Amino acid sequence: MVIGILALQGCVEPHAEHLRSLGISVRYVRLPSDLDGIDGLILPGGESTTMLKLARVFGVWEKLLPLSKQIPFWGICAGSILMATQVENPEQESLGVIDLTVRRNAYGRQLESFQGNVDTDTGPEAAVFIRAPKFTKFGSTVKVAGRVNGEAVFLEEGRHMVTAFHPEMTDSNWCHQRFLAKISANTPGL
Amino acid sequence: MSDSRQVNLKTGLAEMLKGGVIMDVMNVEQAKIAEAAGAVAVMALERIPSLIRSQGGVARMSDPKMISDIMQVVSIPVMAKCRIGHFAEAQILQQLGVDFIDESEVLTPADEANHINKFDFKVPFVCGCTNLGEALRRIGEGAALIRTKGEAGTGNVVEAVRHMRQLMTEIRRLKTLDSTELFAEAKRLQAPLEIVQLTAKLGRLPVPNFAAGGVATPADAALMMQLGAETVFIGSGVFQDATAKEAEARARAVVKATAQFNNPAILLEASTGLPKAMTGVEAVAPENRLAGRGW
Repeated sequence: MVIGILALQGCVEPHAEHLRSLGISVRYVRLPSDLDGIDGLILPGGESTTMLKLARVFGVWEKLLPLSKQIPFWGICAGSILMATQVENPEQESLGVIDLTVRRNAYGRQLESFQGNVDTDTGPEAAVFIRAPKFTKFGSTVKVAGRVNGEAVFLEEGRHMVTAFHPEMTDSNWCHQRFLAKISANTPGL
Repeated sequence: MSDSRQVNLKTGLAEMLKGGVIMDVMNVEQAKIAEAAGAVAVMALERIPSLIRSQGGVARMSDPKMISDIMQVVSIPVMAKCRIGHFAEAQILQQLGVDFIDESEVLTPADEANHINKFDFKVPFVCGCTNLGEALRRIGEGAALIRTKGEAGTGNVVEAVRHMRQLMTEIRRLKTLDSTELFAEAKRLQAPLEIVQLTAKLGRLPVPNFAAGGVATPADAALMMQLGAETVFIGSGVFQDATAKEAEARARAVVKATAQFNNPAILLEASTGLPKAMTGVEAVAPENRLAGRGW
């Protein structure tokens, strides 16, 4: 199993450390050819505007939506913004991998960044929110897998998942394990 | 608990800025150019370092109105500078709601003995360094991000290279010491023992490590990234000696080169046919170096 991490900008290395600790091979995706043969793709936190521009410039962008029909994607914070169908505050282009409207920086600026417990469908988990977005609207096929203060912050649709928070910045690898389970379900016998 | 949580959120934002370019901007138009070119953040200041250098006078925190105008028009994080040791300027910037404060040697120092106690603030701070001891002292005061000082406003990368080489060499050396030797090393570095021990254990700084001070071209940015920087600040290098269109071309090229700093084919493409880089200053007499400010 090889998991790709979109590595054009942002919080890449902590994901690689979590995955390697689980014995998983990691590939940094910077060019279209890096997408060949990966079994899942992580779109990390960072600045969505920067990642969007770089993905276009280097020809990665147009490969992503077709690839999402085959393998699981996990978008974290900025990554969830790239995967959404619609982006607010301000509007910007997105892939439409998941039936979701995302509002950028919805809690405010850095001073409003916070740490809290997410109530997931498998129990509470610590989570870090950094200039986080909110998932303001999503389709009926989207399942809420975690909430904070009643608000959906962890969503799943089919093989894909998005988190408004950063599981890679905590010690536990519960969320990475969950993504691995999605990949195993998507590619039996891997 | 509450302290470590704060540090986590503070370094967390720095983690999100990795692999990117942070650009100095002096007005709303420049901020928009920087964002459109793919900057991960902007540093709002009234005079870019090359102007401070040529115009002289006391350089202070920028007018909050100017910073606030920029915060209104871009969706990326906005940073602003306060003077070394000037915690009242920092209080004002935190009240304004900037995303990061640079306690910067580019401005005229307010305190020649003490840097700001950055644990007193909720907003994260970035501080400059010229060597490992200086970096670890700043982290000991609560800095969430370290950058090389380089020599701001010169367009000459030599000092940034000197400081990054110094920092990385000292970290490599630190890794080879045994636990007994770390006590004496902390004394030599004049840095808190626990942070020296943590750095030795991690084999890197405990907070992200960026480059600044003289980066002017895509190749400069790639050089600093290959030397170990995790993101690049570009101060005067985008907007000095440039029209808006030229600045945009420079900014895009530096963003591309930083993202693919290990790919010479892309570096070649990013470096080709660009508007001429800022003229710059080849050598600055030691007594006029901004990097000597702070300790």
